[in-house]
Amino acid sequence: MGARVIVITSGKGGVGKTTSTANIAVALAKAGKRVVAVDTDIGLRNLDMVMGLESRVVYNFIDVIEKNCKLTQALVRDKRVENLYLLPAAQTRTKDAVSPAQMAELCSQLRPDFDFVLLDCPAGIEGGFKNAAAGADEALVVTTPEVPAVRDADRIIGMLESMGKSPIRLVINRFRAIMVQNNEMLSQEDILDVLSIKLIGIVPEDDSVIKAANRGEPLTFAQESPAAQAYANIAARILGENVPLLQWDSYRSKGLFSSLKKMFGF
Amino acid sequence: MDFFRKFFGGGDTPSAKAAKERLRIVLIHDRTDISPQLLESLRVEMIAVLTKYMDIDESKIEMDLDHDESAVALVANIPVLRIKRGASDTLADDLTDAKIPPHTESLRNQNIRSRRRR
Repeated sequence: MGARVIVITSGKGGVGKTTSTANIAVALAKAGKRVVAVDTDIGLRNLDMVMGLESRVVYNFIDVIEKNCKLTQALVRDKRVENLYLLPAAQTRTKDAVSPAQMAELCSQLRPDFDFVLLDCPAGIEGGFKNAAAGADEALVVTTPEVPAVRDADRIIGMLESMGKSPIRLVINRFRAIMVQNNEMLSQEDILDVLSIKLIGIVPEDDSVIKAANRGEPLTFAQESPAAQAYANIAARILGENVPLLQWDSYRSKGLFSSLKKMFGF
Repeated sequence: MDFFRKFFGGGDTPSAKAAKERLRIVLIHDRTDISPQLLESLRVEMIAVLTKYMDIDESKIEMDLDHDESAVALVANIPVLRIKRGASDTLADDLTDAKIPPHTESLRNQNIRSRRRR
């Protein structure tokens, strides 16, 4: 059977797919799982930088597909935690250098050796997305509480459903509780109402995310910031644990908190 | 985070400074990275030019970009079998006869500069 293959996607760019992939990968590895994070964004690779592994990239997954190297040669091991690997994208190629069938084949090569294969998907709904989604069983859709991001997420969810991916679960990123409290930002209820899929976690807006990317040290290594905690909880939920949603102080306001309680049953 | 900073030798460098340095290094590589197709077409065109002047052993050509921390070099190893003496003299004459506009040199320099801004 082997690994669960999960594509992390969004439709819209810049909502946090790569950050989510890196942090969830680290959190799953810290939980003792064997994890490989695959950057499927050919020509615009970034997962290597967010994970801080860019200086150790030699081969990429297109080299594997074209048999220029062995799969094990292309995997970059993260020395900071046991059993975490990166499979980088090619930077000088284009999305049509691979087909969905080849990506699916690559995923099945990875399955026996890992518990989780996380596919960091490029933005858009074209070839790059189709390649990444082809090999996946499950999907995490990342959105922010903004109109364009939610609209694009809806489009992607529809496509993932028609491809038979299941479960498809939602990550709400860059959430600002105070703005929601002031009715100036879509709440998670609003977003879930519109998209009608299951939520797997809410990641608060957090300066640490930018600082972590600056240094190439995913937050979940240290787990001190609110966003790190949120990503660790998402990883735990992926592992089937029943972790309640984070509660922020601003949520203690009556209406919102009680509706939250009702919704998630805690 | 502080623990990791010490552990990985980042010292007290502010993260923005770390970001700029990491970007600087990665962009040196990105800007000079060459796709297999481009390298192949460069190889073919170089062979075409070189064979005007000399016989070369095409099967033994090695060509690649050498990267280190701060610089990149195109390294080519092209075994020469024989120089085509007669041909090279005629070609040289042709070149001297050709009218080369005086601004060619500066144009060429511009091209080198603009290539970096791809």
